[in-house]
Amino acid sequence: MITPTTPAPGTAPGRVPLVELRNIHVAFGGVRAVAGVTIDLHAGEVVGVVGGNGAGKTTLMRTLSGARPPDSGQILVNGQPVAIGNPREAKALGIETIYQTLALADNLDAPANVFLGRELEAATTLDDAAMESATRKVIGRLNPNFKNFKTPVLRLSGGQRQAVAIARAIHFNARALIMDEPTAALGPAETAQVHALIRQLKSEGIGIFLVSHDIHDVFDLSERISVMYHGRLVGTVNKNDVTTDEVLGMIILGKPPTKLTRQELAELHG
Amino acid sequence: MGVSVPGEATTEGQPAPPIRSGVDTVRSALAPVTDVLRRLEVDTRLFGMVAALALIWIGFNVLSGGTFLTARNLWNLSVQSASIAIMATGMVLVIVSRNIDLSVGSMLGFLGYTMAMTQAVWIPQSLGLGLEQPYTWILTLLVGIVLGAAIGGAQGFVVAYGGVPSFIVTLGGLLVWRGLIFRYAQGQTIAPLDTTFQMLGGGTVGTRVGALGEWPSWTLGLVLCIAIGYAQITSRRRKGRYGFPVRPLWAEVLVGAAACGAVLGTVWVANSYPLPPNVAVLYAQEHGIPVPPGGLFIPTGIAFPVVIMLGVTLVVTFLATRRRFGRYVYAIGGNPDAAALAGINVRRTIMLTFALIGSLAAVSAAVQTARLNAAVTSLGVQNELDVISAAVIGGTSFAGGIGTVPGAILGAVVMQSLRSGMVLLLVDSPTQDIVVGIVLVVAVGLDAVVRRRVS
Repeated sequence: MITPTTPAPGTAPGRVPLVELRNIHVAFGGVRAVAGVTIDLHAGEVVGVVGGNGAGKTTLMRTLSGARPPDSGQILVNGQPVAIGNPREAKALGIETIYQTLALADNLDAPANVFLGRELEAATTLDDAAMESATRKVIGRLNPNFKNFKTPVLRLSGGQRQAVAIARAIHFNARALIMDEPTAALGPAETAQVHALIRQLKSEGIGIFLVSHDIHDVFDLSERISVMYHGRLVGTVNKNDVTTDEVLGMIILGKPPTKLTRQELAELHG
Repeated sequence: MGVSVPGEATTEGQPAPPIRSGVDTVRSALAPVTDVLRRLEVDTRLFGMVAALALIWIGFNVLSGGTFLTARNLWNLSVQSASIAIMATGMVLVIVSRNIDLSVGSMLGFLGYTMAMTQAVWIPQSLGLGLEQPYTWILTLLVGIVLGAAIGGAQGFVVAYGGVPSFIVTLGGLLVWRGLIFRYAQGQTIAPLDTTFQMLGGGTVGTRVGALGEWPSWTLGLVLCIAIGYAQITSRRRKGRYGFPVRPLWAEVLVGAAACGAVLGTVWVANSYPLPPNVAVLYAQEHGIPVPPGGLFIPTGIAFPVVIMLGVTLVVTFLATRRRFGRYVYAIGGNPDAAALAGINVRRTIMLTFALIGSLAAVSAAVQTARLNAAVTSLGVQNELDVISAAVIGGTSFAGGIGTVPGAILGAVVMQSLRSGMVLLLVDSPTQDIVVGIVLVVAVGLDAVVRRRVS
C-alpha cells in the first residue's frame, strides 16, 4: 500500500526525477524544523506536500527555492547534484516559487513585481514598456479582467495579487513550481481558476510541489502525496492507493496507514 | 531598521471623522482640478507641493512688501537651498529603503575639513606642489567624493551586513565624524581656500563669479528644454510601440511647455540678478567696457551650486527611476523579504544607498566650504535635520517604499523659503525653528490623512 519514492503512476520506472531532495536537514537554533526528509518530483506531476502547522512543509520547500539553504542533504535536478544558495540560483535552474505570503513589493506595480530581480533593460535602462507588455500577456492568460497595470499592487484585490505572484512564477519558463498554499486566501471562483491553471501547467510538463492544508485540494490535484509530521516525512503515497482518512491519519498521528489501528481511525472521525 | 514615524500604514483604518469631512470638502472642491491633472498624468502630490510653495512665496512677498519675489532674493534662495537639496536626493533613497542617515551633517563637516586640508595644506605643503594649481579644485573634489562614498559605504556596510539599525550606526557616525574634525588642526579654521574651488560656492573672487553668466545660463536652459522634449518623445514612442495609451497631444504639449517655461523662467530670474556694483566695475575695467553713469548691469546667471544641484538631481533621479538599483531600493522599501526572495542583493543595495549619500555629503561640503571660503568646526551642524525634513516634506515616507527625488528638492526649497522669508520679516532664529518644526509635523500629518483617504 505504501510506496515511498516510487515513480508516479504513468511514469516509466527508473525515470530520473525532475527534482529530488535527499535527506534534507534544517534546524533553527535547537529546533529541528526538517529532519532527514527525502522527496522527489517528476515532470508533469503534482506532488502534494501536506502536514499540520509546524510540520516543516514550508521550510522544506524553502530549501528548494533558495530562501533557506539546507544545513545538510542533497538537492538533485535531473539527477545532477546542485547547490542552491539563494533564490537567484534556484530560478536559474528553472525552479520558481509562489510563496504563501505572495512576496510582493506592495508599493510597486504589477510589471515591476513580475520582473523583480529580472528586469528587462533597453540600453542599460529599465524598459518599463516592454515589461508591461509582457505582463499584460501573462496575466491576461490567468485573469482576463485584470486591468490595473499601473497601480501599486497594494491596491489590488487578493485574487489579483495572487495573479501577479503566479505570473511572476510562470513567465520565465519554469520547469518546477512550488506553490505554497496558493488558494488559502481566495474565493471559490478564484480557487477554481487556480485549479484549472495547475492542471494546465501540469499538462505542459511542469512539475509542481503543492503545499496545502486542504486535503481535498490535494486529492483533487496531485498524483502523489508526501506527508510530513514534526519535521519528518511520514511517507509518500500514491493518491489512488489511499483514502482521505488514511492521509488524515498520517497528518494528525504521524503514522503510515499500515500502522494505524482501527480505534485511531475511528477517533479521527470523532 | 531605521525609525518609524506613526502616520501612515501603521494607523491605517483608524477613524478620523472631523478631518475626514474637511478633506472631503476640499477634495470635492478640487475635483475638476484633479481630473485635469489625471488627464495630464501629472503627479498630484508634486503639483500640490508646487501650489503650496507658490502660496508661501506669494504670502511672504505680500508680508515683506514685495522684497521676497525679487531676483536677488530668489537667487540667494536657490543657492541656500542647493546644499541641503543635494543631500536630500540621497536621503530619499536611504529613507525609501527603510533606513535613516543621521550622520550627514557630521560627514559634511568632516569631508569639508578634509577637502580644506587637501587644498590648503596637503597639496601645496605636504606634496610641495604649491597653492592655486589649476587641478587643485578637481583633485580636492574627487578626494572628498571618494572619501565620502567610503565612509558612507562603511556605515552602510555595518547597517546591511552587520545588522545594526541604521539609526544607531549613523547616530554613532554623527558623533565620530564631528569628533574627528578636531583631529585636523585642533579645530582651527582652515582658510583661505583655492580660488577656483571657491567658485563652487557661488560667490565672487575678484572678477571671477561662481555662476554661469548670461548666455551660458540661457544655453543651459535651452539644452534642458530640448532634453525635456526628447524625453517626452521617447516615452511616447516606447508606449506607442506596444499600443499603450499615451497622453492626448494637447496634454503632452501643455506639460512640456510648463516644464520648459519653469526652466526658462528660472534662467530669466537668475539673469535678472546683476553682479554686485563693485564686481561689475572691476569686470568692466578688466574687459575695457566703459561704465555708464547709471552703473553696469551684468547678469549673474545661474549659480554653480544650483548647476551642481541640477546635475545631482538628474543623476539621482535617473538612478532611482531608470536603473535596477533604484527599482531595488523601492522594492526593499516596499517589502524587504519579497526583495530578497526575488533574488535581489538587499545588503549590497542598502550599502550603496549609504555610499551614495556619503558622496553627496562631500558635494554639499564642497559647496558650503567654498561659499564660506573656509572650513569651520560647526560646518554642517544640524544639516541632517534639514535634509531629513526636506525629504519628508517632499513626500518621502518613513514606512518605506515611497518618495521621489524631485519631491525632496521641492521640500528643500520649501524649507529654505520659510527660513528666508522669516529672515526678511525679521523673525528671530528661535521663532524660525518653532515655525519650521510645526510646518514639518503639519505637512506630514496632512499628507498622511490625504494618503489614507486615497487608499
